[in-house]
Amino acid sequence: MTRISVTVDGVESTDEVEPRTLLVQYLREARGRTGTPVGCDTSNCGACTVLVDGRAVKSCALLAVQADGREVTTVQGLSNGALHPVQRAFHERHALQCGYCTPGMIMAAVDLLRETPDPTEQEVREGLEGNLCRCTGYQNIVAAVRDAAAELRGAS
Amino acid sequence: MSTVPARTAQDLTADVAGGIGHSPQRPDGVLKVRGEFAYSSDLWADDMLWGATLRSPHPSARIRGVDTSAALALPGVYAVLTHADIPGPSKHFGLVVSDQPVLAIDEVRYQGEAVAVVAADHPETARRAVAAIRVDYAVREPVTDAAAARADDAPRVHPDGNIVRYARIRRGDPAPTADVVVRGEYAIGMQDQAFLGPESGLAVPAADGGVDLYVATQWLHADQRQIAPCLGLPQDKVRLTLAGVGGAFGAREDLSMQIHACLLALRTGRPVKFVYSREESFFGHVHRHPATLSYETGATRDGKLVYVKGSVVLDGGAYASSTPAVVGNATSLGAGPYEVPNVHMDVWGMYTNNPPCGAMRGFGSVQAAFGYESQLDRLAAALGLDPVELRLRNALHQGSTMPTGQVVDSAAAVREILTAVRDMPVPPTDPGTDPLGLPGGAGNTTHGEGVRRGIGYAVGFKNVGFSEGFDDHSTARVRLGVVGGEPVAVVRTAAVEVGQGHVTVQQQIARTELGVDRVVIPPADTSMGNAGSSSASRQTYLTGGAVRAACRAVRDRVLDRARARTGVRDGLDLAGGNVVDAGGAVLVPLAELLADGEIDETAVYRPRRTAPMDPDTGRQDFAHLQFAFCAHRAVVDVDTELGLVRVVELAAAQDVGKAVNPGALVGQIHGGSVQGMGLALMEEIQVEGGIVRNPSFTDYLIPTILDTPPMPVEVLELADPHAPYGLRGVAEPPTISAAPAVVAAIRAATGRPLTRIPVRPQDITG
Repeated sequence: MTRISVTVDGVESTDEVEPRTLLVQYLREARGRTGTPVGCDTSNCGACTVLVDGRAVKSCALLAVQADGREVTTVQGLSNGALHPVQRAFHERHALQCGYCTPGMIMAAVDLLRETPDPTEQEVREGLEGNLCRCTGYQNIVAAVRDAAAELRGAS
Repeated sequence: MSTVPARTAQDLTADVAGGIGHSPQRPDGVLKVRGEFAYSSDLWADDMLWGATLRSPHPSARIRGVDTSAALALPGVYAVLTHADIPGPSKHFGLVVSDQPVLAIDEVRYQGEAVAVVAADHPETARRAVAAIRVDYAVREPVTDAAAARADDAPRVHPDGNIVRYARIRRGDPAPTADVVVRGEYAIGMQDQAFLGPESGLAVPAADGGVDLYVATQWLHADQRQIAPCLGLPQDKVRLTLAGVGGAFGAREDLSMQIHACLLALRTGRPVKFVYSREESFFGHVHRHPATLSYETGATRDGKLVYVKGSVVLDGGAYASSTPAVVGNATSLGAGPYEVPNVHMDVWGMYTNNPPCGAMRGFGSVQAAFGYESQLDRLAAALGLDPVELRLRNALHQGSTMPTGQVVDSAAAVREILTAVRDMPVPPTDPGTDPLGLPGGAGNTTHGEGVRRGIGYAVGFKNVGFSEGFDDHSTARVRLGVVGGEPVAVVRTAAVEVGQGHVTVQQQIARTELGVDRVVIPPADTSMGNAGSSSASRQTYLTGGAVRAACRAVRDRVLDRARARTGVRDGLDLAGGNVVDAGGAVLVPLAELLADGEIDETAVYRPRRTAPMDPDTGRQDFAHLQFAFCAHRAVVDVDTELGLVRVVELAAAQDVGKAVNPGALVGQIHGGSVQGMGLALMEEIQVEGGIVRNPSFTDYLIPTILDTPPMPVEVLELADPHAPYGLRGVAEPPTISAAPAVVAAIRAATGRPLTRIPVRPQDITG
């Protein structure tokens, strides 16, 4: 077992983990952040995307020990109270159906908009290429991200 | 001891204004964007055990013995079960035919068949225990060719033979001739539903000796019906509650971990949770039937169809699942949405030792459509006619007679949707030189040289609801009461929300019928009557019909109460939380009226009953409740040197009767279209000798956001007078027409025949 200290959604905790524990397992099982789902086990679907020190990471592609000393933000820590503009846009734009990809899509979009505050449709698509959705055909996801971008630019 | 699992937040109390015809947001939307929606994989009980499954590595083998002793000896293992531990009376399950063992009995018939299950205190322990079980297999040569499996002397997968169902149509001239005849042989690979949330659920043993199962499924009551006899329990001691569903598309219509979890929970006296990995998910659910199709189509010189002869072999794999219904659809819809006076269809659904196949969006119709639409394009070329023009000359319409003899008794807008997609603006012709806008994308494989543009069209159709005599129905209970001084409707059904937005539709119906804003949808469970499956594009029609009927029963009692109270007899209505008069003036607030007690009504909705097709001729005047149609126009760029395809645009037009929720509905058309596009271009479970070669999202590809083009959609609303609000089922038709449209576009770009989907690069380059 290895001792790690990770801040998850603003709460720091020190835990003993097996070195082989994936970050997503740690988040779901040790930290109870089940809002981050597992879709594929092979880092293809992106459903488990979280922010590590502000950058989008597939949490099945990182070991928990690699997050030692870092700050992890899951979809559950994205906002306090009111919805984050990306969350609100996904809700209002019908950008989800089953919703299983939604946490990862939202976190990937947050990172995309940090880097590219005013993305074209093509840039949204390139930015979210690592996140699979099986329900929506992606059209409303693209629209939601661009809506959120406009709102975030207006707010800044 | 009845533990209620943690994280079951599913109460859909969010206030989303909007009745029928509006696009209110999903009541579960805020939970989902916050990561607070409880999927079945999130269920938790403090004292729970973890289940794991031992699966056969062989597609066909006799089992000489199973030794579980080493597994049982592992610390932390609580139970290891084989078929010998199933109480019965049944040890089998199946959606239509009970032919699949819960755990293999003396033989396995496909790679991945469950042989034993384990419960342990940690998922890793459970997996180690699975690995410690010793099975002595005598491997047999698998039956893998569905067409060859029809032979009388073919080795038998099941004792009664390999044909699950054979159906046929014999209409008109038995030996028709025509001016122009085209023939074609086509093949379709095995597609996976690839929902994102793998199979999972939690079984909790109950104090009354029964079991409570929280699970992601498509049809709670069909699960209950199959589970109970295997546990030796009466139906009412096997209670199911819907847990959050991460997509379905047909793959959750059959059982996966349900019986296994219940068996282990009852054996250990502890809650037992299963969560499949993605790889196990590929083995844990049925897929879309691969098919081989042989078509002959005859027409007059001026392009009127004279006859269609079709022969289709569907590979059902090791167990029947919904193969009988898939065969029925491919048979009765196999000539396409066209007027054809002479039709011969022969369709076989076969047992083999390949993975079991069953329901997937558009089942039976998707396979047939690739055949009949490819034929129409071939015929258009032979006649020198425009492919759209040929289709328009033969388009099915209201009053047309189907090959079964059924007269289409509501709108069949084939002509209208075809002209709609044809007349949409065409995207700019020049793809430019940016590699990201060209086939091959970031692979940077071309700067435009060798790239050809192609445009293709297709139409498809599907029966809505369960056909051929099934007693299709749904049940809803609606309670109108007062909470916090406000009228609130509570709508209870067993209808499953898989992501399609059915919970939103239930709220909209209640709002429209009862004139209230607040509508609560508690979790679906088996304490309610059967709602049927969330499949066959049926739930808005069927459960929507039941909710409407229950609301109207409530409304009648409310109005009776209002008449007694106000003395106003005529013109009463419900609006804005009040009983209003004919002029819209408030007579009495609902909250006041309901102070005398809430009103509670249950209704069962049964649409018109279908009937079975004649086994010799396929004749049946009412085999299907309703038909739904979609047309696509695909625009593609093809790198003809490398065989790479980029879909530039995929435009759709669909008649929906009534757009109950236009926003959600267009989302269904988008999502369904992309699944059809995926089938055309990339999605195939590759099976060699009964062995699945690509059970992962690394090797089984589904369209990404970059693969997916803009998708303009035109929605027509031609009411079906027989259906609630005039609506028509929506979800499946887009998947049916998208694949043949994309392939037609690639043919137009390349001139290649492309008789197999998914289209592979070597099919394009030759």
